[in-house]
Amino acid sequence: MTAAAAGPLSPPAAPAPAEPGKAQRRAAARRRRVPYLLLLAGVAWLLVFFVAPLVYQASTSVQTGTLEDGFKVTWHFATYWDALTEYWPHFVRSLVYSGIATVLCLVIGYPLAYTIAFRAGRWRNLVLILVIAPFFTSFLIRTLAWETILADQGPVVSFLNDLHVLDVTSWLGITEGDRVLATPLAVVCGLTYNFLPFMILPLYTSLERVDGRLHEAAGDLYATPFTVFRKVTFPLSMPGVVAGTLLTFIPASGDYINAELLGSTNQQMIGNVIESQFLRVLDYPTAAALSFILMAVILAVVTLYIRRAGTEELV
Amino acid sequence: MTTPSTSTAESDDAVRLTGISRAYGAFTAVHPLDLAVPAGSFFALLGASGCGKTTTLRMIAGLETPSTGTVHLGGQDVTALPPYKRPVNTVFQNYALFPHLDVYENVAFGLRRRGIKSVRKQVGEMLDLVQLGPLARRRPHQLSGGQQQRVAVARALINRPKVLLLDEPLGALDLKLRRQMQLELKRIQTEVGITFVHVTHDQEEAMTMADTVAVMNAGRVEQMGAPADLYENPASTFVANFLGTSNLIEAEVTGAADGILRLTRAGQELTLPAARCRTGAAPGDRVLAGVRPEKITLVHGDDAEAVPAGRNRISGRITASSFIGVSTQYVVDSPVGPDLEVFVQNVERDTRLVPGAPVVLHWNPEHTFGLDAEQDIDAGLDAGSDTDTGSGSGHGGGAARGRTEPGTGPGDSTGSTDSTDSAEGAAV
Repeated sequence: MTAAAAGPLSPPAAPAPAEPGKAQRRAAARRRRVPYLLLLAGVAWLLVFFVAPLVYQASTSVQTGTLEDGFKVTWHFATYWDALTEYWPHFVRSLVYSGIATVLCLVIGYPLAYTIAFRAGRWRNLVLILVIAPFFTSFLIRTLAWETILADQGPVVSFLNDLHVLDVTSWLGITEGDRVLATPLAVVCGLTYNFLPFMILPLYTSLERVDGRLHEAAGDLYATPFTVFRKVTFPLSMPGVVAGTLLTFIPASGDYINAELLGSTNQQMIGNVIESQFLRVLDYPTAAALSFILMAVILAVVTLYIRRAGTEELV
Repeated sequence: MTTPSTSTAESDDAVRLTGISRAYGAFTAVHPLDLAVPAGSFFALLGASGCGKTTTLRMIAGLETPSTGTVHLGGQDVTALPPYKRPVNTVFQNYALFPHLDVYENVAFGLRRRGIKSVRKQVGEMLDLVQLGPLARRRPHQLSGGQQQRVAVARALINRPKVLLLDEPLGALDLKLRRQMQLELKRIQTEVGITFVHVTHDQEEAMTMADTVAVMNAGRVEQMGAPADLYENPASTFVANFLGTSNLIEAEVTGAADGILRLTRAGQELTLPAARCRTGAAPGDRVLAGVRPEKITLVHGDDAEAVPAGRNRISGRITASSFIGVSTQYVVDSPVGPDLEVFVQNVERDTRLVPGAPVVLHWNPEHTFGLDAEQDIDAGLDAGSDTDTGSGSGHGGGAARGRTEPGTGPGDSTGSTDSTDSAEGAAV
C-alpha cells in the first residue's frame, strides 16, 4: 500500500516510463530505511552512555581484589548478599523517604496543577514559568539554600519552636529536639521541594487535556462538583499521576544530595552509601552491586505500582 | 435545596422562560425573552451561529447564569439551582462522552450519581432503545460518530428528565446519517414522551423534527410556530429568507377592497390578501410582497394567453437555470426585480425554458404574503443554510430578487435543502 503510494512521489529524475516498477521499489526501500536512520543518533547515545557503563558496572560488581593489586572478574556474587545484609536499612530509608516525598509532591502539586490547568486563565503561563523557575539555579545551590532556611537559629525553626510544632514532630520521631536540620523531616522536605516540578508538569499536561465540557456533562448528569472530580477529572488525569509519581520517586530514591546536606549520618540514604563506596572507601564491587540492587528494587516497585495503577481507569 | 416554589408558571409547560437575558459585558447574547415549551412537545430553537440559541439552552440547563429573568421547569423555579440539581439532561454538541468509561458506564453515570444501585435493567433497556446493546463494553473512541451520538442520547434519556436539551446534536454527522438520526430522534421522542428542546442552525432539521420552531436572530425570537405555519406565513424578512427561499418584491399599495390589497411595481399589478399582510397598509404605503419559489408556475412567453385570469403574473426572461433532479431552479429577470427564483418540478419539462427565453410567472394570489417594507430585505440571507454561496447581486433600491445565484450545474449538491423544500412545497 505504502509502496504503491510512494510511486508518484519519487523524484521525476527516475526513468519512470521505461521501468516504473524498479523506481518504485527503490523509493520504497528508501522509505523503509528512513526510520532507522532517524533512530541512529539516539541508539548510539544509549549504547555509549547507558549500555556500556551498565555492562562495565555489572562486571565490576562481580570482581574481587584490592586497589593495589587490581580487580579481577571472579564471579563473586556474594558481594550482592553482603551489600544487602549490611545496607538494607539504607534501602528501606531511601524507599520510605522518597515514597513520602512523592506523596507530598502529589498532595501539593495536584491542586496547583489543577488550578493552572482550569482556573489560571491569563496567568497560566506566568505560573508555569514560576514552577519551572527553580531549574534556572543548580540543584546543589537550591539544596544549600534549604540548609540556610532550616538553620537552627533561622527564623523558620524559631517560628516552629514558638508554635511548639517541633515538639509534636519530635514526638512523631521525624525531628530531634529543637532543630530541623539533620532530621528526616529536613531530608523529606528537601526531596519534596526539589522534585515538585517533576510532579506538577506531567500533572498539568494531562489535566490540561481534560475537556472542560466533560465537567459540564457530568454536572448535567447530577454529579456534584466533588463527584465530578472523583469520577471524571481524577481518572482522566491518571496518566499524569503515574508519570509524575514515577518522575519523582525514581530520582528521589537514588538521590544523596538532600540527605548529605540536610541530614546527618542517621538519615543517610542508599545514594549516600553508593557515593561513599565509590569515592571514599573505593570499594568498587560493593558500590556497583549496591547500584544494581537499587535498580532492581526500583524496577520492582515501579512494576508493582504500574500494575496497580493500570487496573484503575487508565485511558 | 430550595423548595419548589409554585409561582404563576403553568404546570403544563415543561419549560417557561420569563424575561430571561444574558449579557457578556457590553455584548448582549440573549435579549429579554419569554418562551413557553408545552410538555411533551418537540421544540426547536433555530438560528444562525451566534444568535443566542445555545446560550438560551445553556441557561435552561443551568450551565449559564441568566443576567435577568427566571427559568421554570415543570412549574418549579430553578433559576438559582446548579445544573446537577435540575431535572434536565443535555445532549452536547460534541457528545462529551466520558472517554475513560465504556458505553454501559457512560449510560449508567446519571443513575449512579442519584444513588440507584441496580442499573442493569434500565441501562439494558436504554441501550436497546438506541440499538447499542451489543456495543455496551466499547469505549467511546471505538464508536462511529452516529453511535457516539446515540450513546449521548441514551446517557441523557435514561434519567427520564423533565426536559431533554439537545445542542446541535447532529452537527458532526454527515448528511445521510443526519437524516437517519433525525428520524431516530423523532421516534425516540414519540416513544418516551419527554419534552425535547432542540437547538439547531439547520432549518430543514428543525422543520422535519419539531412540533414548534422558534426562529432566533441576534438574541431575539423573530417568530415562533408550527413549521408549516412559519414557512407559509413568515412574519419578517429574516424568517422569509432564513427558512427556505423567498422572492420579496417591494411594491406600492394602490388600493384596498374586500380584504384584497392591490399592489403595483414597475407597471406590474399584484394582489395580496389583506389577512396575509403583516403590516397595516393604506394606499400609498410600501410593502414587501413575498412568494415562495415553488408556488410560482412558469410558462413560456408564447403561452401567455393560457394563464388563467385572477392570478398574479409577472413577465420576464430566464437568466439562469439549474437542474437539481427532482426540480429545476430558474432565475428570472423581470421589471420587478433581477433575480426572481422559481422552482419547477420535473414532471414534464418544457424544452423551450432555457436562459434567454421570455417567460410569464404566475401564482395564486392567496400564496402571496406581505411584510413591513421598513425591514432589511436581505435579513437572514447570509445567515441562511449552506446553500448561500454568495449574497447575489447588490441592489440598493430594494428591488425584488431571488435568494441565491443558482449553482452553475448539478454539482451544486448542497442545494438539496432547498430542492427538498421545493419538493415538499409543490407536493402540498
